[in-house]
Amino acid sequence: MEDKLNDDIGEAKRLQLWEMMLKLRLVEKKAYDLFLQNLIKGTSHLALGQEAIAGAFGVALQEGDYTFCTYRGHAHTLARGSSIEGVLGELMGRQCGLMKGKGGSMHLTDVEKGVMGSYAIIGAHLTIANGTALASKYNKTKEVSVCFFGDGTTNIGAFHEALNMAKIWDLPIVFVCENNLYMEYTAISEVTAVEHPAADRASAYSLDKIIVDGNDADEMYRTAQTAIKKARDGHGPSLIEAKTYRHSGHSRADPGKYRPDEEVKDWMENKDPIKNYRQKLLEFNIDEKTITGIESKIQQQVEEATNISKNSPIPDIKEIYTDVWADGGYKWHN
Amino acid sequence: MKILLPALSPTMETGNLVKWLVKEGDDVLSGDILAEIETDKATMELESPDDGKIEKILVKEGSENISVNTEIALLSVEGEEIEEKIEIPIESSPPVIPNGADTNTKANNISMGSLLKEQSNSLETKNWSEKEITMREALNQAIEEEMIIDKDVFLLGEEVAEYDGAYKVTQGLLDKFGSKRVLDTPISEHGFTGLAIGAAMSGLKPICEFMTFNFSMQAIDQIVNSAAKSLYMSGGEINVPIVFRGPNGAAARVGAQHSQCFISWFSHIPGLLVVAPSNARDAKGLLKSSIRNPNPVVFLEHELLYKEKSNVPEENDFLIPIGKANLIKEGSDVTIIGFSMSVQRILNALPSIEKLGIKPDIIDLRSIKPLDEDLIYKSVKKTNRVVIVEDGWGNTSFGSHLSYLIQSNCFDYLDSEIIKVSGKDVPMPYAENLEKLALPNTDEITSAVKKVSYTN
Repeated sequence: MEDKLNDDIGEAKRLQLWEMMLKLRLVEKKAYDLFLQNLIKGTSHLALGQEAIAGAFGVALQEGDYTFCTYRGHAHTLARGSSIEGVLGELMGRQCGLMKGKGGSMHLTDVEKGVMGSYAIIGAHLTIANGTALASKYNKTKEVSVCFFGDGTTNIGAFHEALNMAKIWDLPIVFVCENNLYMEYTAISEVTAVEHPAADRASAYSLDKIIVDGNDADEMYRTAQTAIKKARDGHGPSLIEAKTYRHSGHSRADPGKYRPDEEVKDWMENKDPIKNYRQKLLEFNIDEKTITGIESKIQQQVEEATNISKNSPIPDIKEIYTDVWADGGYKWHN
Repeated sequence: MKILLPALSPTMETGNLVKWLVKEGDDVLSGDILAEIETDKATMELESPDDGKIEKILVKEGSENISVNTEIALLSVEGEEIEEKIEIPIESSPPVIPNGADTNTKANNISMGSLLKEQSNSLETKNWSEKEITMREALNQAIEEEMIIDKDVFLLGEEVAEYDGAYKVTQGLLDKFGSKRVLDTPISEHGFTGLAIGAAMSGLKPICEFMTFNFSMQAIDQIVNSAAKSLYMSGGEINVPIVFRGPNGAAARVGAQHSQCFISWFSHIPGLLVVAPSNARDAKGLLKSSIRNPNPVVFLEHELLYKEKSNVPEENDFLIPIGKANLIKEGSDVTIIGFSMSVQRILNALPSIEKLGIKPDIIDLRSIKPLDEDLIYKSVKKTNRVVIVEDGWGNTSFGSHLSYLIQSNCFDYLDSEIIKVSGKDVPMPYAENLEKLALPNTDEITSAVKKVSYTN
């Protein structure tokens, strides 16, 4: 077998990518279990099957960089190093949640880790991410802002406004379109004038057309690194279209039946990023014991975090009136 | 042919003749630039309406406060004699305005400036070095001072930099601070509002100008869902120190899409502070406080007040706290409450109210959220009668909420129903008489005061 271990990525990084993706997968699966146990209520949007994108960026980004997620943001939040109990606890509406149970699944935020929020209004966060990028440029600091969004976002005005502004001011930002082929319950191709919803629009904003296999963690990592470096070096924004597929429906209540069985089967069996990466690691002569060792470690972490979350109290009722105003005190203001 | 001073902006009533670019005897072609005229907003060029010869210059350059439609020069054109003989009916008689409309917008005005001079503001103990300036200049000073004090403060919006602002509030700031801190944006309200919010999230203090608040509707999602809620949704992790500012409310004769008051909209949203000054002094002190406030502040100005003058402290530590109303006239018989432009409308009605022997407390709220409830209730408990004047639509309005608060906090003190004089529930009409009817007017305010006072 060819020795590819000393290529541009290398064994250590690959194991990091493996561990990262596995964590995203297992936590998301646990979230699903917790729904079924009725411990997580409300809606939520799983990123099962899309782990390579958030995972690769999680590994490629540095401390201090900013990321912005959509309502499908559990994986992207975890990828920055947020605690598992912080995420699961928040989904369960517990005090141990990242936002003390005040935001929920669709608004995961962890500023300490650079997670500047998860946004449930399509397109809004692309323009906000420009703001943190502007601040980095303004202060001459070197953070990069990364904004994840789905294919459906490419058809809202904010996408176009954001790309234009990022380009005219050469902001240090990376826009990442996770094209999972469906905007909610409709094939993106049915409602979009171009074949590649993000990449085909890039030229309108003098950006390169970048399309990448979003289920190939190595390729995703390389693409992320290039774009992040470009932004950090002051050479402006990038728009990446990463092709991927979600294993489940759009949200908790959606069985995803509008997708052809054959298509689902193909993506699940042949294009699953985790299954394929495990195979790749073996092909790279990485010891299977190392691979399974990481699996058990993550599995254990998820179980521990689940217990912490289950045992965490619900928020104190006093929390209802806190955090409305930046200088505290609801009463003073009303 | 007479060349008249044209109205070069919708709110222009007078102009200054900065410079003649032609002299008597010059031949000119239609479209040639004859003079530079300074309006309330900008310096504009006056073009020749026809080919001909400049016969006489009637108003010297450097003349100030020339009324619109004043003859400023005579142009002789071919066939002029014939034209001159044709009688052109110009405003043969004033338009008939139905009963109830305010026909008296200029006469009898009691200026905010003079009232503020009389009124010593109990909050201000210091002796300020003051100068009489317009609200436009006061806002400009506030921004400039805060930008000097705090390098994190920056300004963005459409036309704020190179063009000096559509209403000239940001005049000269680009030259003073450069393009890094005074940023011209594309016409992308959602986009630049989001960007400003993101910048605020990472520690900068943006002043986000909406050319008018009508356009803020393009960005209402960002203001409501991102700016106002982020602190709460993030469990206290993200705060958004930002000022959204620009002219709000009905200007003059600009039709339905450009004439509306958003005070009720923004004051409905938890997480937003809402400020609406009525005069230059308050505008400066409140804008500075707003820029320093760690919360998102919606700062609502008014186009028709930009040119109004009052005495404004020049010191950069002059602040007016958000949440403090001003009792601008002290009386005993009725509490009349207004904010922004409606304060001027109340003052217009004051002579006719006083003629009835009624002495009102007049409260300028200045801040809508937080509201100075203490001052309001103290006044109501003294007068036992309340009239609220608001330019915005009356349906589910801020005034409705205020009257709810007053009845629930001062129930035992009220001797009458509370009357609200609001804008009519119609899109703003264009015609002058209809526009006046659509806004609160002197007669309505006076009638409301009479009614709560049981006076005929």
